[in-house]
Amino acid sequence: MSGRVCTSILQRASCYTVTLSFSSSSQYVHPVVYPSSHLQHTQYCRLSTWSTSRRARSCCNLKKAGNGSQKGRKLSTRQDLDFQLSRVQINGILRSNEQTVSVPEFDGRGLNAVRKFESNQLAANTPNEDRRSAATCLQSKGMLFGVFDGHGGWACAQAVSERLLYYIAVAMMSKQSLEELERCMEHGRAVPPILQWYKHHTDFNYRDSASLYIEHLRVFWQEILDSEEHGDGMSPSDALACAFKRLDADISLEAQVPLSSDLMKSTAIQVAFAGSTACVAHIGTDGIHVANAGDCRAVLGVREKDGSWSALPLSKDHNSQNQAEVERIKAQHPPSERNTVITDDRLLGVLMPLRAFGDVRFKWSLELQQSILASLESGGDLDSLNLYQYIPPNYLTPPYLNVAPEITYHKLRPQDHFLILGSDGLWDELGNEEAVRLVGEHLSGIHIQAPVSPSEKQMKLGQMLELLLKRRARASPALDSNAATHLIRHALGTGEYGDLCQERLASMLALPEDLARMYRDDITATVVYLNSDLAKPHHN
Amino acid sequence: MALSPVLLPRLLPPQTGYRLAGRGLWTSPHLFTVSGDSQLLPLPGQARVVICGGGIVGTSVAYHLAKLGWTDIVLLEQGRLGAGTTRLCAGIVSVAKPISIECKMANYSNTLYEQLEGETGVKTGYVKTGSLCLAQNQDRFISLKRLASRLNIYDCFFVMPEYRKLNLHIFMHFLLSLYFILFLALSHLPSLFLPCSYSGVQILERTTVQQVLVEKGHVMAVETDRGSIECEYFVNCAGQWAYELGQASEMKVSVPLHGCEHFYLLTKPLQEAVPPSTPVVIDMDGRIYARQWHGGFLSGGFEKNPKPIFTEGRNQLEIQNMQEDWDHFEPMLTSLLRRMPSLESAEIHQLVNCPESFTPDMRCLMGETPGVSGYYVLAGMNSSGLAFAGGAGKYLAEWMTYGYPTANVWPLDVKRFGNLQSSRTFLRHRVMEVMPLLYELKVPRWDFQTGRQLRTSPLYDRLDTQGARWMEKHGFERPKYFVPPGKDLLSLDQSKTFYKPDWFDIVGAEVKCCKEAVCVIDMSSFTKFELTSTGDQALELLQHLCANDLDVPVGHIIHTGMLNERGGYENDCSVVRLSKNSFFIVSPTDQQVHCWSWIKKHMPSDPHLHLEDVSWKYTALNLIGPRAMDVLAELSYVSMTPDHFPSMFCKEMSVGYANGIRVMSMTHTGEPGFMLYIPIEYALHVYNEVMSVGQKYGIRNAGYYALRSLRIEKFFAFWGQDLDAFTTPLECGREFRVKFDKDTDFLGREALLQQRQDGVTRRFVMLVLEDHDTELDLWPWWGEPIYRNGQLAGTTTSSAYSYTLERHVCLGFVSPPPGPEGLPTPITPDFINRGDYEVDIAGQRYPAKAKLYPFSSLFTQQKRRKDDLELSNLQGK
Repeated sequence: MSGRVCTSILQRASCYTVTLSFSSSSQYVHPVVYPSSHLQHTQYCRLSTWSTSRRARSCCNLKKAGNGSQKGRKLSTRQDLDFQLSRVQINGILRSNEQTVSVPEFDGRGLNAVRKFESNQLAANTPNEDRRSAATCLQSKGMLFGVFDGHGGWACAQAVSERLLYYIAVAMMSKQSLEELERCMEHGRAVPPILQWYKHHTDFNYRDSASLYIEHLRVFWQEILDSEEHGDGMSPSDALACAFKRLDADISLEAQVPLSSDLMKSTAIQVAFAGSTACVAHIGTDGIHVANAGDCRAVLGVREKDGSWSALPLSKDHNSQNQAEVERIKAQHPPSERNTVITDDRLLGVLMPLRAFGDVRFKWSLELQQSILASLESGGDLDSLNLYQYIPPNYLTPPYLNVAPEITYHKLRPQDHFLILGSDGLWDELGNEEAVRLVGEHLSGIHIQAPVSPSEKQMKLGQMLELLLKRRARASPALDSNAATHLIRHALGTGEYGDLCQERLASMLALPEDLARMYRDDITATVVYLNSDLAKPHHN
Repeated sequence: MALSPVLLPRLLPPQTGYRLAGRGLWTSPHLFTVSGDSQLLPLPGQARVVICGGGIVGTSVAYHLAKLGWTDIVLLEQGRLGAGTTRLCAGIVSVAKPISIECKMANYSNTLYEQLEGETGVKTGYVKTGSLCLAQNQDRFISLKRLASRLNIYDCFFVMPEYRKLNLHIFMHFLLSLYFILFLALSHLPSLFLPCSYSGVQILERTTVQQVLVEKGHVMAVETDRGSIECEYFVNCAGQWAYELGQASEMKVSVPLHGCEHFYLLTKPLQEAVPPSTPVVIDMDGRIYARQWHGGFLSGGFEKNPKPIFTEGRNQLEIQNMQEDWDHFEPMLTSLLRRMPSLESAEIHQLVNCPESFTPDMRCLMGETPGVSGYYVLAGMNSSGLAFAGGAGKYLAEWMTYGYPTANVWPLDVKRFGNLQSSRTFLRHRVMEVMPLLYELKVPRWDFQTGRQLRTSPLYDRLDTQGARWMEKHGFERPKYFVPPGKDLLSLDQSKTFYKPDWFDIVGAEVKCCKEAVCVIDMSSFTKFELTSTGDQALELLQHLCANDLDVPVGHIIHTGMLNERGGYENDCSVVRLSKNSFFIVSPTDQQVHCWSWIKKHMPSDPHLHLEDVSWKYTALNLIGPRAMDVLAELSYVSMTPDHFPSMFCKEMSVGYANGIRVMSMTHTGEPGFMLYIPIEYALHVYNEVMSVGQKYGIRNAGYYALRSLRIEKFFAFWGQDLDAFTTPLECGREFRVKFDKDTDFLGREALLQQRQDGVTRRFVMLVLEDHDTELDLWPWWGEPIYRNGQLAGTTTSSAYSYTLERHVCLGFVSPPPGPEGLPTPITPDFINRGDYEVDIAGQRYPAKAKLYPFSSLFTQQKRRKDDLELSNLQGK
C-alpha cells in the first residue's frame, strides 16, 4: 500500500513538473537569454585583473561551490527513505552547472567555426574534481575547449584549467603580438587580452597564485621571443604539445622553488602532488586539433548521408585498455619492470590514467620527493596540505609519467556537426555512438533509435507495448535544452532497454555523498556545435 | 493469409494439384518453388495480350480474359508469382465498401474465391467469418449505421457496452454482420486463378518489363530484359511499380499511385487457440483491424502518420526486405491492447511490413489509358487488392473484350485522372492523407487537404480574401461558399457533422441572393474544348457523337449528351456553335481526360479537323439571378433582356473595357443569368467591373454549394453524380434532348429506339423529404436507399437542401421489382406517382414525395422560349 501512495506522490510531483517546466520554458524564448543565464556569465579575464585582486581570499569561490552542492544533497536527504527525488529536484540537480553560450558567426576578426557550446558538470566527489574551460583566442585564431579530470583532489585540475589555455594561446601568438604583450608588461601598461573566457559562476581562479602564474607565463613567452624561428606563431598542434609540456614543467618547478607566500607555496605543492588528465580541443575554421593526455575523450558527431549519426573519436584514451600506451610505458623502463609498471590496470598499481599533469610522485626522483616533503614537514605544513606520505610501489626508474599529449587533427567537413568533450565519468556510462546519437537527435529534433532488437521481439505483446511507450517517451522532445545536460541525464538514467528510466535517474542522483563515487564518477560534458557550413568551400 | 517467408514452403499446396489442373503451357512444377534455378521458359516473339504483374490482380485479369475466350495471353512477372504485396497481404476480403461498384467487385471476388477453391482444390483457408465493427463515438456509430442501411444489411445488430471481453468504452456500439467480411488464408493467391485458366495463358516469371513500345498511339510491343514481345494489348498490373512502368513507356502513361508502408502484427497461437470463425474486429476509431491467424491474431491498421515509400522508385527486391518498425506500430499496438487486454500475454510472432499502393482518391485505377490505345491499367488497390482483384479483373477483361465493362466503373476509371495528378510530390503528399483516411470518419462533403492549390482561377486570391472556402475537383480549386466578414465558422474538425452543417445560413443567403438579386460564381474549372474544321467535318463529328441536333444557327447553345452505343451518357455537355464550322464544348470538370479521349477515339484523322483543349484559356464567371441582365447591360451598353438576348444563346461582346467575352444565357441551375467565358488576361478586370457595377444590384460572391442547392431543387442531373455511362436520356427524362429524326445516325440511337420501344426500367426521380427535421435529423448525402411501399426500389445519387422549398431534395433512380421471370419491368408514371416513398438515412426512413418534374413554381420568373420548350418536352407525358 505504501508503495502505491509513493507512486501517486511521484505522479503528482511529475504532473507538477510539467506545469513548472512550461512556465520556466518561457525563459528560453529569448535567443540571448540562456537557460539559467543568471547563473552564468562571460568574463573578460585580463591579465591585469589578476594583479589587482591579489588580496581577495583564495578559494572563497570554491566554498560557495561546495555550499551549492551541499544544498543539492540536502534536497536528496529529505527523501532518503526511498532514494527517490521528484522531477523538479532531479532537474534542479542536473541543471545547476549548466552553461550555454552562443558564439557569433562573425566576431569582427573572422568567421567562427563554433556556433555555440553547451556544457555541464555533475559531481560524484565532494567537491567535484572535474574542471572545464572554454575561451576564444583573441590574439590568435580559434576557440579552445578543455576538460580536466583531477585525481588526488581537485587542485591540479583547477590550476591546469585556468592556466593551460593561456599557454596554448600564447604559443600560437605571432612574434609581433608577443612583443607588444611584453612591451605592455614592461611599461606597466594594460595588456591586450589574450583570451575571452566563458565561465560558469561556480568556476573560480586561484587568486593568490595569479601573480606567480603570470610570471611563469611571461617567462614562457619571453623564451618564445628569444627563439629564432617563431614568426607567425606556432601551429595549433605544436602549440598544444608545447603548452602541455611547459605547463607541467612549471607546475613541477613551482613546487620546488621557494615562494613568497605560504598560501602560494601550499597551493603549488597541492597542485604538483595532485594530478589531472586533460583533453583540449582547438577549433578553428581550418579544423579541429585535439590534444589529449589521460582518459578524457573528444568525439566528433558526424551526420551521415542517410541522416543517421555516427561518432568519430578524435582522441585515444591513455589507460591500460590502450595496448599501445601500455607498451609505450613498458618500453621506457627496464625489462625487469615489465610486470610491475602496470599492475591491476594501473600505473604502478596506483594510477588509472597513463598520462597526466602533476602527479610528481610518478615523475620526480625519490630523492627529490623526499627532500621536498621533508622541507614541508619541517615547516609543519604537511598536515594542513592533506598529503599522504607514500611512495608508489616498485618505484625504480622514474619518471613513470609524463604529460606529452597525443595530438590529432581533423579537417572540418560539412557533415561534422558537433564535438563532445567528456571526462571519463561520461564515457564510463555512454558509448561514443550513443552519445553522438543523443546529441545529434537533440540537435535535429529527430529521434532515430536503434530498432527493437531481436531479443526484445521475444517479448509478450504487453511487455512490447511497455517498451515502445518508453522508447517513445525517450524520443519525445528532450527534457533539457542543454545537450550536455541531456547527455548526463541519459548517462545516468538509461535503463536496460535503452530507455530513459526516471526511477534509475532519481536513485543515482539521490545517492549520499559517501556512496555516490562508488556508483558514478564526476561527469563533465561539453558539446561544441560546429559551423559546418564553413566547411563547404573547402570541400570538393 | 499473410505469410512470413519462413512459412511459405509449409503451406504450399501439393504439387500434384498443379499437374492435375495444369492444362496450359505453364506446367512447370517449379513454378512456386523457392529455389531460383528453375528453367526459364523461352520468351514468345508475339502475343495478343501481355499482362505485366503476377500478383492477384494480374492473374485475375488473365483468368477472366481466358474465360472470355482470349488466347495468346502472356503474363510477365519480374520476380515470382504472387511475391509482392499479394504475398504479404492480410487476407481480408471485405464487401462493405464505400461505393457500389466496389461492393459489386468485392461481392463477385468473394463468390469467385469460394467457387474456385471448390473447382481447383487449392486450399485457401477460405472462411466466412463476419465482422465486428466498433464505434467509439456517436459519429462513427452514425457512419456505421449509414453503411448498414446502404448495404441493406438486416442481419446486423447493435450491441451495447456489456460486451466485456473487448474492453469497450462508453459510446461503444457494435455492428455485427455475418456478411460483411470473410477472409482467405493463402499466400500465393494467384495460384487460385491459374489451374482454371484455359490454355491461352502463358506465364513467365523473372521477366522484367522495361518499356512498352507505342506506334501511332497504339501499343505495339513490350520490351523485357529477355527480349521483346509484339502485342496488341498491354495490361499494367504492376502494383507498386505501375507508376514507374507507366513512365517507362515510350509515350508516358500516367498511373497516379504511390506506395506506403503498411504494418501488421502476427502473434503466436494463444493458449486457448482462437477459432477460425472468429469475426474480424474493426475498430476504425482505434485505427486497427484484427483477425484470427493460426490460433492467434493478425492485427494491423491505418495509422495517422503513414510512411510513404518508393517515391524515387525501387526494384522489387526491396519489397521483400522491408524493415519492420515497432516504434511506428506503437499507436496501433496501444489500440489493440486497449481493445483486447487479454492479448497482453500473447507472444509475438512477427511484425510484417507490407507496402501497399494508394491512389489520390482512395479508389483503384482501371481501364484503358487515355493516350495509348491498347494500354490498359489495373492497379492502385488501396490495400483492398484481395477484395477487388476478382471483380476488377472481370470488369477489365470485359472492357478489353467488349469495349466497356458491364457496370459503371467511372469512379475507378483511370481517365478520371490526368497528367496533372502524376507529380511524384503530389502523390507522396496525397497518399499520406489517403491512407489514414481509410479509417477516418468521412462526413458529407469532406475535402482532401493535401495536394491543393494546384490549378486555380486568376481570381483565386481575390476570392480568397473575400472569405472563400475551397473545394477541389480535378486539381482545380472551386469556391464552396463565402464566409461573410466577421463571421467565424467552426474549425474544420469541429464542423464535421452528419447533421446540419455550420455553413447552412451562409449558403442560404447566397441562394437567396441568386433568387432575388445577382450572384457571381467562379466556374473556371469546367472543361472547355474547341472543335473546328475547314469544312463541315466538325458538325458531322458532333452530329455523330451527340444525341441532340447540333445543326443550329450560329450562336445557339445546345445541351446534349454524348452517348455510347448503349445509349448511356459518356458525357453531358453544352455545345455552342461559334461559327458555321467551329464549336465550343463545355463539359464537367472531371471530363477533361475522358471527354478528350472519347472525342479523339471517334474523330477521323483529318488534318482539317482540329480539337483543342482551351480550358486554361478562359475564366468562367456565372452571373446568376434576375438582376444579372442589368449588370451586364450596364457594362456593355447592350440590352440583355430576354427579348434581346433569349435564353441559350451565346454572343461575343464587350464587358467593361474587355472585348471578346463569350456571354451565354445559361447558368447550369435553371435560374436566369449568364455565363461569361473570359480570356484569362481580362478575368480580373471583368470581375472587378461586375462587382463594382453590381453593387447597386446587391451582387455578392457565391459558391458551388449554392449552385448545387439551386440545380437539385430544379431537378438538374449532373454527369458524374447522377448520370453515367449506364444511364440513358430516356431514363432521366431527357428525351427532348434526343433528336431521333436528325439526319445523322448518332451514337446510341439504335439502343435508345429499342429502349423507347421496350420501355425504361429505371427512372430518375426527385424525392422531396417530408417530415424531416433539418435541425435535428441526419441529413441525406447520396447513396441512401429509396423504398417504395416498404420495398427497396433504388438509391439516391445526390441531395441538397432546397432553401426555396425549405425541404431536402434527393435525386435518385428507382425501378420496379423484377417481373415473375426475374426480368426487369418497365416503369410507368403510375409507379412513380402512386407509391409511398421513403428515403433511408442511417436506418431511419423518412417519407418522401417522388416527382418526375420539378416544381413549376420555381420557374415562374422565367418566361423564355427555350425553357418552355424544355418543359413541354419532358418525357413520360
